[in-house]
Amino acid sequence: MIYGTSFTAVAVFSLFVAIVLAISFYLGAKAKTASGYYAAHGGIPWFVNGIAFAGDYLSAASFLGICGLVAFYGYDGFLYSIGYLAGWVVALFVIAEPLKRMGRFTFADALDKQFNSRGIKLAAAISTLVVSTFYLIPQMVGAGTLVQPLLGFSHEVGVLIVGIVVIVIVVTAGMVSTTWVQFIKGSLLVVFCAMLVIAILARGLTKAQTEWAGPVAPPTDRAPMPATGGWAGKPYARYPRPDGGYDLYRLEGKSATRAQAVTKLGKATFINGAPLGTGPGQASLQPVGHIQALPNGVASTGSVGPVEYLTAFADSTIILWPAEKDPITEADGGITTIYFQKPTPGKNLLVPGAYPPFKGVRGDKLSDKLDFLSLMIALFAGTASLPHILIRYYTVKDQAAARKSTVVGIASIGFFYMLTLYLGLGAMTGGTLDPTNNNMAAPLLAKSFGALPFAVISAIAFTTVLGTVSGLILAASGAVVHDLMTNVLKVNLSDRGKVTAGKVAAVIVGGVAMVLGIVFKTFNVTFLVGWAFNVAASANLPALVMLLFWKRTTKQGITAAIVVGMLSSLGWIMGSAQAYKDIYHIDPARAHVPFSQPGLVTIPLGFVVLVVVSLMTQGRAKAGVVAPTNISERLAVEDAESREGGEA
Amino acid sequence: MPPQDSFPPPAAHGRNARIGLWFFGIYCVLYAGFMGLAAFSFTTLAQPVAGVNWAILYGMGLIVAALVLAVIYMFVCTRAGEHADTRDGEDAK
Repeated sequence: MIYGTSFTAVAVFSLFVAIVLAISFYLGAKAKTASGYYAAHGGIPWFVNGIAFAGDYLSAASFLGICGLVAFYGYDGFLYSIGYLAGWVVALFVIAEPLKRMGRFTFADALDKQFNSRGIKLAAAISTLVVSTFYLIPQMVGAGTLVQPLLGFSHEVGVLIVGIVVIVIVVTAGMVSTTWVQFIKGSLLVVFCAMLVIAILARGLTKAQTEWAGPVAPPTDRAPMPATGGWAGKPYARYPRPDGGYDLYRLEGKSATRAQAVTKLGKATFINGAPLGTGPGQASLQPVGHIQALPNGVASTGSVGPVEYLTAFADSTIILWPAEKDPITEADGGITTIYFQKPTPGKNLLVPGAYPPFKGVRGDKLSDKLDFLSLMIALFAGTASLPHILIRYYTVKDQAAARKSTVVGIASIGFFYMLTLYLGLGAMTGGTLDPTNNNMAAPLLAKSFGALPFAVISAIAFTTVLGTVSGLILAASGAVVHDLMTNVLKVNLSDRGKVTAGKVAAVIVGGVAMVLGIVFKTFNVTFLVGWAFNVAASANLPALVMLLFWKRTTKQGITAAIVVGMLSSLGWIMGSAQAYKDIYHIDPARAHVPFSQPGLVTIPLGFVVLVVVSLMTQGRAKAGVVAPTNISERLAVEDAESREGGEA
Repeated sequence: MPPQDSFPPPAAHGRNARIGLWFFGIYCVLYAGFMGLAAFSFTTLAQPVAGVNWAILYGMGLIVAALVLAVIYMFVCTRAGEHADTRDGEDAK
């Protein structure tokens, strides 16, 4: 689909970037020390930190990915919203306060507080780097996805633009500027998405009056092209157009519906047989996403409330545009994918199981159900293990502030996730969808309301990527400098040296992120984030939870749990059917593991390894480093020690 | 200069942790119920209720429940901290 460069969008985006960079340079003076660079001196107000949590967390996956999944498959995208939000319950009720008490700059600090073990620091630092990298990939993919239609640049250029801007943000002022960028981004995202949902409800649902929704009569003034080669036996007829290419119809008995074909031949793309473009003899995809029939035969519902919208949607017939399962191989070697109309009852789109990876919930195969459960568990457990979320607990002054900022975060994030259902359904029925790219659903939805909403939402989506990527790069930079260089390798760095090294690390991590964003450009961003949550939850959660709640935890147990959790989840992902299909492009049936999401197995495995190794190494634990009997006692002891230290 | 983590006072730490675990347990039950229905009885989630269906109601309910529990937790922990502060003060007398 060709979107056309929106100069309004470019102007709004440029304004956003200019503001963000101005903030970064202005706040740069406050980040001369390691404490300022990595933790903003612990001086961020709790409300700002709470909204910044939303800015950090509501990434490209949340905004672009979930809206796209809802727009293409309905309720399944909302399942991610539910899982992502549920993860904050673990963060608030289990992790927030103890972590704030036990750490300084990175989550390795917290894990290692009472052990002083190089093994823990090394394992935690590597885990942070791996999880941050996994999480960075979808953000950069999202950046490339956005810049293509907005600025007219290629995916690669989009990734480079975002990468360079983010590196400048992180290098100039570290956590201080990152926090304010995330605060601005989080506020804008929630407010403008709320406005968009209000507009969706005010518009209501309208029956489509277009040939792209429902049965039409095939042309009678032209004869169809012969169905030769890969087209033979297919239920499609191609009617040649005088200016090149063809009109494609799907034949269904005596009636027909419009369809669209995308052919890839080398680097060239053809739409319905004509070269992609807007000039003479060229063609582009028709925007889709319509309602074929509304309840009681009405033409429009008019303005509706949130519940009425869902009720009317459930009783409507929606036209989806899936791709044919088997592409057609043309005589010249080109591969043609056909997108066709699939009228679907709205009520079928408001229950789980339409998205191919979740189809198992409607079937009887146990492994498919376990795959679904595994993902939902990973989403629940992964949030509280994400390094860029964990480091945000060090930017406020005390535990009460950490708790309050988490509650603000939950309120804003939860509200946003409720909006995603309406945003996705609005995109599904707004008539502006690109059937080949679900990541563009939200900006295209905004386009259905005009050029300015499109410009603003696209610019916010860009800022969304900027905020999340800057947080991730900062977390990775802290792991490299604070954990690896200073604590593991014992490199003697001055306070300023740590900041300089952190900036160099940020540039390197940013460079790696840009490369990965280009390599993985065809993946759905939400699916990739699901993998990141699996790795985070498997590697970090067992160590965090058991350290806090099991008195016999040893440093060997923590190190082993992180290493085993990380390697097993990575190995599982690489051996999964999804990886076989999307990464190696070989038959997924040859996959070595029974389902794609590892969390169901690898999270419990991390706990088991920690317990077994801890029990085996009890004798080696030195007196005085074994934890007190429970968390309250342990925290009280720490506090007393802290006070004694303060008084001394 | 007092240590940065001097609030809430130590007596509140254990209580906060216990309250947090209770709330966590409650939410785990709600979340597990949803996952179980989605995985093993999706037709139940398709049943209409209150103008929508159980999938919508339960899903939205989980988001709202997280917020409600979070607000209650914040309120309870703040009060627990204040009580502990008061008790510490009385003990000191």
